[in-house]
Amino acid sequence: MHGLEFDIAHMLAGSLVLASFMMLYQDRLYALLNIYALHATVLALSVAWQAFVQHAPHLYVTAAIALIFKAIIIPVSLHRIMVRLGIHREIETAVGVGLTMIAGIGLVALSMVVMLRVTPGADALAREDLAFALSVVLLGLLIMVTRRNAVSQVVGFMSLENGLVLAAAGAKGMPLVVEISVAFSVLIAFIVIGIFLFRIRERFDSVDIRALDRFRGERR
Amino acid sequence: MMLIRDLVVQGVQMFLVLALAPLLTGVIRKLKAHLLRRHGPPLLQPYRDLLRLLRKDVVLAENASWLFRVIPYVIFAVTWVAAALVPTFGNGLLFSWSADLIAIIALLGSARFALALAGMDVGTAFGGIGSSREVMIASLAEPAILITVFSVAMIAGSTQLSTVAEFMGSSAVGLRVSLGLALFALVIVALAENARIPVDNPATHLELTMVHEAMVLEYSGRHLALIDLSAELKLLLYISLIACMFMPWGVAKQGADLAALAIGTVAYVLKLALCASLLAVFETSIAKMRVFRIPEFLGAALMLALLATLLRFVSGSL
Repeated sequence: MHGLEFDIAHMLAGSLVLASFMMLYQDRLYALLNIYALHATVLALSVAWQAFVQHAPHLYVTAAIALIFKAIIIPVSLHRIMVRLGIHREIETAVGVGLTMIAGIGLVALSMVVMLRVTPGADALAREDLAFALSVVLLGLLIMVTRRNAVSQVVGFMSLENGLVLAAAGAKGMPLVVEISVAFSVLIAFIVIGIFLFRIRERFDSVDIRALDRFRGERR
Repeated sequence: MMLIRDLVVQGVQMFLVLALAPLLTGVIRKLKAHLLRRHGPPLLQPYRDLLRLLRKDVVLAENASWLFRVIPYVIFAVTWVAAALVPTFGNGLLFSWSADLIAIIALLGSARFALALAGMDVGTAFGGIGSSREVMIASLAEPAILITVFSVAMIAGSTQLSTVAEFMGSSAVGLRVSLGLALFALVIVALAENARIPVDNPATHLELTMVHEAMVLEYSGRHLALIDLSAELKLLLYISLIACMFMPWGVAKQGADLAALAIGTVAYVLKLALCASLLAVFETSIAKMRVFRIPEFLGAALMLALLATLLRFVSGSL
């Protein structure tokens, strides 16, 4: 099972983790969205390769959904939202980059240790995909935790969802219905979040999450 | 008979790297000048500079200790030995079995330690600044290069450079994302270690941002010639390291005949030319970083190297 098929799948899934790290590193909002588009493109490639390897044509549909919705529609509309909110030039002061990176590496190591331990019987391709998918999910959570801007939190959430799709594509036999409904729920979530962004902005004149803390009375 | 042949090959390697190092620097300078639409110094200018420096008298500071006088020779010797260990045109060099990649890194580390000491020896402000910055860069670059070496060694199954180069040249290596990440990390570390542009500017003097030049400001005459030559040698060493690990095509096998060695030499010169032009293009297209951003830049290298090791761990344990 160490042929070229496995190597290419490994490379694509590894690049997905790398793209997550690039998102973690990037503190400019505009560039963050571009990396998110790259993330989704790599995901589409990875899923398409899984479809080719597993001879599962419905996964091609999943890849197409990832490419069209996540790599094109969502980044473009987020770009528009950012321009309308007037925050497209903003640089976000995240928690120190070095600390975040170390935490990220720790999370990747953790997910690999966990996943490789709990799935000894499974197919090598699925195991590897699951390990990487868990790390992408955890890195998405880390992005959401370390960012203060609502837009970058949305991007973190979307990258988390990409990790879920990767896991689903690796584990054989996810029905197409589930995939389509997940894709649409994410799209709907995106629309709801978009509306919320404007509501937050109207209410607090900013999309900085700290404004919410003050509103709830947690910080004076 | 075999021993004599190996000794000759090893000797040719040692003198080839020594002879090519100033030329490499000259080529990079010339290319950079051309990219900026200037004429630039002639290709052989680094040789002339070295000769001129060798002929000049040494001016020593009054309070310079014996360390200050000994260190240029130490640095040159150590760098030359390290450069003699990296396979350039042929594999299976006689000396390379006595030291592996980690030993090469240790040799370079001790050269840097000696240079930092020399920078502080005379007690000028510039030397102190240069030394402290150099050590800061080194403290970040060294873990990155060590972890890079580990991930490459995990893939090739050895830290011995000849074995690694042979493995990389065979078809057993396959397609590995870890190697790509390791290459990026190694390139970043090489830029930082050789005082190239995003970290330090090799063409500047008397600026507050300089690192390497600040340390060697007090040197003159043959001492400066030796230090310049070892800096050029170090650049050549890093490029050869990258070439022998990531571009292992055309390298002659151990015990190869004369034709294979000649092909290896031509391939090596082509690889050097390729890397030199890439470096020149990169350096002209990027601005120097603030000193406080260097940790982030090198942190990225460390992160890439760690990620490469982790990914390799996953694919290796399946």
